[in-house]
Amino acid sequence: MAAQLFYFLTTLAIFSAAMVVFSRNPVNSVLYLIFMFFCLTGHYILLNAQFLAIVNIIVYAGAIMVLFLFVIMFLNLRKDTEPKQPPLMKFTALFSGGLLLLVMVAVLSKADMVESTDATFTSQIGLVENLGKVLYTQYLLPFELASILFLVAMVGAVMLGKRETGERHF
Amino acid sequence: MIPLNYYIFLATILFVIGVIGVLTRRNALIVFMSVEIMLNAVNVLFIAFSTYKNDPSGQVFVFFIMAVAAAEVAVGLAIIVMIYRNLRSIDTGVLNNLKW
Repeated sequence: MAAQLFYFLTTLAIFSAAMVVFSRNPVNSVLYLIFMFFCLTGHYILLNAQFLAIVNIIVYAGAIMVLFLFVIMFLNLRKDTEPKQPPLMKFTALFSGGLLLLVMVAVLSKADMVESTDATFTSQIGLVENLGKVLYTQYLLPFELASILFLVAMVGAVMLGKRETGERHF
Repeated sequence: MIPLNYYIFLATILFVIGVIGVLTRRNALIVFMSVEIMLNAVNVLFIAFSTYKNDPSGQVFVFFIMAVAAAEVAVGLAIIVMIYRNLRSIDTGVLNNLKW
């Protein structure tokens, strides 16, 4: 059952990721990206990471994707405004991407992986209680620094988005 | 259980799709989304290893990656909006002032 679910989610995730890259309309790309996030959330639940599964939906599918859709509506992009990349460049990109995939798969298929058996497996790792303990003891300083990062990002976004006098308006 | 290798291959494929997206598309928004795909590929890898090694540190790192991604998207989209305001286009081919 778990294996079938894994294959199902993997196929959907890879398909929607490919559609993000290859679809012409940016709105379709965003919708496929949201779909990919939901597939990855399914993967996280399969991996027993319940907390991150919920955070993934809230942060990615909720906040980030709304931001993307908002910007697309804001920019009023039409389908055919994007000029095509020259064919040689496209071929080179696909070729180098395929080469990267080939090298990674060739290296990793021979790698010696950790074995997890049912005896050593603990199902409680991904729960809020366990993660919270680690986050607020071992990783307290990075956690606080993240809040400063958010403050800086917020100020930066407001600064960049502000209209200045003498600028062209649309 | 599903072998760890399968998750690594899934993450690799997603990452490569992201790389191809960055290289082939000229719409700055799509390039941005491809970067998001790459970040998510890394997240899958982190969570898979964290579960298989019984170590919660990996999941905490994913939490931080999500935080950084959210900040990155906020600033990046503001930059894209500003580029569109000045150039009326978000084609990455137009932005070649720093090209040698």
